[in-house]
Amino acid sequence: MHRVLGDRRAILILIGPALLVYSLIMLVPMVWSLGYAFTKGNAINGFTGNGVANFERLLTDEAVHEALWFTLKYAVAVTAGQVVAGYLLALLYVFFLKKASALIRTLVFFPVILPTVAVGLLFKQMFQVAPQNGPVNALLEAVGLGSVDWFSDGGNAFWVLILMDVWRSMGFYAVLLFAGLVDIPDEVLESARLDGASGLQTIRHIVLPLSLPVLMSSLIFSINGTLKVFDSVVALTNGGPGNDTTPLTLYMFQTSFTYSDYGYGSAIALLLTVLSLVVSLVVFRLSRRDLTKG
Amino acid sequence: MTTHLSRARNTRLAGLTAATSAVVLVASACGGGSGAAEGAKEFSYLSATENTTVRNALTTLSKNACKKENEAQSLKVETVPQASLDQKLQLLAGQDALPVQFAAGNAPALTNELNSSGKLADLEKELKALGAYEELEPAAISTIKALYNDKLAVLPYEYNIEGIFYNKKIFSDNGITTPATWDALKAAAQKLDKAGVQPFAASGQQGWPITRLVSGYLYRTLGPEAMKAVADGKANLTDPEYVKAAQEIADLGKKGYFGKSVGSIDYDTAMNTFLNGKAGMFYMGSWALASISNPEQNKIGAENVGFMPFPAVSGGKGSIDQYPSNIGLGVTLGAKSFDDKTGAWVTCIAKNYGSTVLEDQGAISGFKVNTEVKDSNEVTTQVRRTIGESKQNVLWFEALFSTKATTISNTSAPGLVTGSMSAQEFMKTVQDALASN
Repeated sequence: MHRVLGDRRAILILIGPALLVYSLIMLVPMVWSLGYAFTKGNAINGFTGNGVANFERLLTDEAVHEALWFTLKYAVAVTAGQVVAGYLLALLYVFFLKKASALIRTLVFFPVILPTVAVGLLFKQMFQVAPQNGPVNALLEAVGLGSVDWFSDGGNAFWVLILMDVWRSMGFYAVLLFAGLVDIPDEVLESARLDGASGLQTIRHIVLPLSLPVLMSSLIFSINGTLKVFDSVVALTNGGPGNDTTPLTLYMFQTSFTYSDYGYGSAIALLLTVLSLVVSLVVFRLSRRDLTKG
Repeated sequence: MTTHLSRARNTRLAGLTAATSAVVLVASACGGGSGAAEGAKEFSYLSATENTTVRNALTTLSKNACKKENEAQSLKVETVPQASLDQKLQLLAGQDALPVQFAAGNAPALTNELNSSGKLADLEKELKALGAYEELEPAAISTIKALYNDKLAVLPYEYNIEGIFYNKKIFSDNGITTPATWDALKAAAQKLDKAGVQPFAASGQQGWPITRLVSGYLYRTLGPEAMKAVADGKANLTDPEYVKAAQEIADLGKKGYFGKSVGSIDYDTAMNTFLNGKAGMFYMGSWALASISNPEQNKIGAENVGFMPFPAVSGGKGSIDQYPSNIGLGVTLGAKSFDDKTGAWVTCIAKNYGSTVLEDQGAISGFKVNTEVKDSNEVTTQVRRTIGESKQNVLWFEALFSTKATTISNTSAPGLVTGSMSAQEFMKTVQDALASN
């Protein structure tokens, strides 16, 4: 086996096909898209060179700035929500429910397997105000607060979106972090308890540092996923009201495919790629530091 | 050693070849379209999912009047949600795989682009050669030419005028006479609101039912050229007289005349609100007659529905007999696939469509009605008469906008009437979108 894997040609044969397919369906379109960023035109009339005009437009286009700000805001809020809720659930499974957690785990995980569009429709109905009140507004009216038109205001729509995405994915992060928590040896926890550590102290000084690697992986997963959010926004608000909940991905999609401005759409895609790259690098750099050493 | 090496090389080559051919296969599978080749076997028609009128009428024709044409080239309907139509057309056009007949895009801008790149059949020439040009109503031809750079780029499968449908019973119960001026309209709305009736049903989710009111106020105050002046760059939407129009409509919203949460009301809900007697007025095109004539959908009865033009604004340059007219979602034919069999189909459609669609669905098209059809109700007769008497065509808000400005106008419209956007902000947003093209 060692001889086979030591042979460069063998390695090439083994990974060659996969690398070729990967290059053709991933790298080539990426480079192609980069090329488009320097053009203007569309599929009907063909493309012509446009120099760096698309990039200059990125700097002055307010819609891009708003979309970028929304993307960052959304990514931070949902990542925090997903990971914190997931971690709390994992703690609940491991330290409170213990062996009986299987049913709760399954129930909380259930939204993860639902199609995003279905979840979007569900939340739309739950928060709707017309033609009739959804459950949320019915509840608000029952307690005398009056119904709210959740989707007519960018701020409210944002929070409904966050709530939906956290609800939809916290089960996944709970299971991921649960796997990290069950790996903590019982002996360590027991000795902490014998030393007189309270529940909170155990979590702060034993559980948190020992589950840090998996917590970091969750963060990287989450932030990269949320920066590229698309489906849940389209399903719930379609970027509205106005463009108040339009992330970069949706703006890129609209620019390229609705307004048929492929060149500028590619420039926005490049901005998104750079953003994901920078965030990933920062998270990687942070996670390389050994946090247990302060 | 040599054998070993060459075997390794052969294996490598075989692997690479296999991988390459797999990729080529995948690529070719993606690249092939279901579009029409020259001399298409099928009379393929790509329709917007939301529009059932045209495809139902064509299906009826394929079984009756156009049976022979259908045997030579059978009708095959494919649908795509209206919101994804433009994207689909662009991709199909890029691959040179447009169907024989298709909905020509959400805004005339895209249709004009397709036309100027030679993708559309020259309908005027073809129809004249087929002897079918005379089957088109002259009013419909002039509407099409006003929208599509003076070219007959689409067929008038629908011919609509727009105005305000109202509930006669609600009006008489509240002692309201048909308002002829904007002030009278506002007074009527106020009266209805006080009586606990929602004055207007409107779909904010669609957006355009709101912006149509803005353009209505504009062509009544500034005259029929109001929107053309913006398209030609002679006026800006941010000019005070334009902002004033947006402000008037925003005020209606502020008073709650569009009901609760207008932004989340979709097209069907707005229509049902009116047809269930829960709203007094409904700005809509005459295509709504299909729903009004359908007793299952219309619970207030067609005899209780009246139609009035957008009211006059005192001191305005526009006149009440000028109506916005359109041909619905334009349907056109591809240049590449237009052959004799397609020509036969088009001739048959031109001769029979007008009466079929009016008789079966109560809808008005821009084709002549060659077989006498009795109108199903009074409001249909009234609308047909109005079309006949209409003196001048006016343009709706987004008629000459780019796709981008149209989208932005429609998505920002709910904000205008819910108050999350001021009239000035709304007009500036749309003007910026216009300028960015």
